[in-house]
Amino acid sequence: MHTRARDSEFTMLFQVIAYTFILFLSIICLVPFLLILSGSFSSNESIVRDGYHLFPTDFSLEGYKMVFKFPTQVLKAYGVTVFTTVVGTALGLFFITMAGFVLQRKDFKYRNTFSFFIYFTTLFGGGLVPWYIMLANYFNLTDTYTVLIFPGLMTPFLIILMKNFIRSAVPDELIEFAKIDGANDFRIYFSVVLNLAMPGIATVGLFLALGYWNDWFTSSLFINNPDMYQLQFYLYNTMNTITFIDQMAIGTGITLSQDVPTESTKMAMAIIVTGPILFLYPFVQRYFVRGLTIGAVKG
Amino acid sequence: MLKELNKNKMMFLMLLPTLIFFLINSYFPMVGIYYAFTRYDFEGGLFGSPFVGLENFKFLWQSGMLLKLTTNTVGYNLAFIILGNGLAIFCAIMLSEIRGKVFKKVTQSVMFLPYFISFVLLSVIAYNMFNYESGFVNTVLKRFEAGPVDIYNTPWIWVFLIIIFYLWKNLGYSMVIYLAAITGISDEYYEAARIDGANIFQRIWYITVPMLKPTFVILLLFSLGSIMKGQFDLFYQLIGNNGVLYNATDIIDTYVYRSLKVTFDIGMATAAGLYQSLFGFILIMTVNYIIRKVNEDYALF
Repeated sequence: MHTRARDSEFTMLFQVIAYTFILFLSIICLVPFLLILSGSFSSNESIVRDGYHLFPTDFSLEGYKMVFKFPTQVLKAYGVTVFTTVVGTALGLFFITMAGFVLQRKDFKYRNTFSFFIYFTTLFGGGLVPWYIMLANYFNLTDTYTVLIFPGLMTPFLIILMKNFIRSAVPDELIEFAKIDGANDFRIYFSVVLNLAMPGIATVGLFLALGYWNDWFTSSLFINNPDMYQLQFYLYNTMNTITFIDQMAIGTGITLSQDVPTESTKMAMAIIVTGPILFLYPFVQRYFVRGLTIGAVKG
Repeated sequence: MLKELNKNKMMFLMLLPTLIFFLINSYFPMVGIYYAFTRYDFEGGLFGSPFVGLENFKFLWQSGMLLKLTTNTVGYNLAFIILGNGLAIFCAIMLSEIRGKVFKKVTQSVMFLPYFISFVLLSVIAYNMFNYESGFVNTVLKRFEAGPVDIYNTPWIWVFLIIIFYLWKNLGYSMVIYLAAITGISDEYYEAARIDGANIFQRIWYITVPMLKPTFVILLLFSLGSIMKGQFDLFYQLIGNNGVLYNATDIIDTYVYRSLKVTFDIGMATAAGLYQSLFGFILIMTVNYIIRKVNEDYALF
């Protein structure tokens, strides 16, 4: 009886600690977003005068108005990113699921050889510079959509994740049955495996899509044509230079005065670029958690 | 091989795109390692540039660059691994014991959110908080008449900031993995412990923590394998080309990137990249060998 009372006291104590600590961390995770949001809705003068605040002291939409005054550049960057994300994710998923399916087939004799061929690339590589020179000088991929899509198509980690997922989701007997019914391997993959591996496909697809959406690196290396900048690289440029304002000015023939709301514009740009993720996040998050859970437990 | 190819034509065909991808993206560039031994010139290309042997490595070593880059890279990664896993385990345990379902769901989502944003946005956040004129931190400091502090010119602060930003961005992700492992622990253990009179702290310490060991070891091994590869995006977006901070924050990846983009030092950059790859490779092999000796189940391959 005594221990039971002690136990509930300890549990009480633990709950208090846990709630406080988790709440504290959650607030820390959220505050930076609030700061950017607040900055984007503040007037530039108030930021220059008083600095960034948690809540806008002088509510204003001029940052957003500024971005959309000359929307061509932003919209182009959006277009590039949406296009590469959709095409890259679709292609990547197609290849990864096929590879995962083949590599987990026990009747495929060379599965371990090929698995190692893929895994080895995480152990050893040529490094950034040879990779860059090869794609740029030997494959001539500078300023192409191919280079924005190709490098992100797959990673060994995603293939292993998919392989594990298919192995646990599709029973071997099912594949045997389909074979007896006269279906070839692609047919089995297409009409049996794809249906059963949906949660895994959602997870890997999210990883791919996130990678493409957040990519700035490929643009920074391979893209010289501003019309082909990815969204994140466009934001990066906005942050680092004010040249985008000059570019807009040149593009439209309007010269801009000194009081351009750069600070609030930067924050508005950040919100516009991140917007879709924040908007979709509540919906996609649970797939991520579910997929990671299965993938992690299986190793 | 040919017989097998004939028998499983379709499966080979389905694997083909993946094989081609890794051939182009990973194996072909390995030929370019040769640049590390040349003084690269743009006219000559791969085999036309003059061969200089180990001169690039010698220079990197003598300039002290290699040593600095190595200690920074390994140091930051160790901090990431230890603090990252520690915090994730701690939070996962707290979260798993919390009773309020809604609270649990909401906070977990919130903590996972930073993982989804781009590193460019991270740099915007850092700028918003730490820039000299209008940064949030300086705004607050000014109110208490203690600032402003020129954070972007103070190298030692960035050692902490980089680690904190890393934790901030990755906490949710690793927490999910540990939460999954905790969910997998059978309730019977806890029931038995409760009957034996163990309180919640004892139950966590004697059941949950030991049961997380396999997950921890696997994650540890994976991260040890890539200890020479830095979080390039994180470092580059936070530090950029701010030379004042290099001493405290330069890692191999950022050095190589700058050598390629800014100084066009192809030979040197390839040498640094090759050193990174070889060092990492030897490290993984060693770690894997030791693990295999100790406990075969945990070995990577």
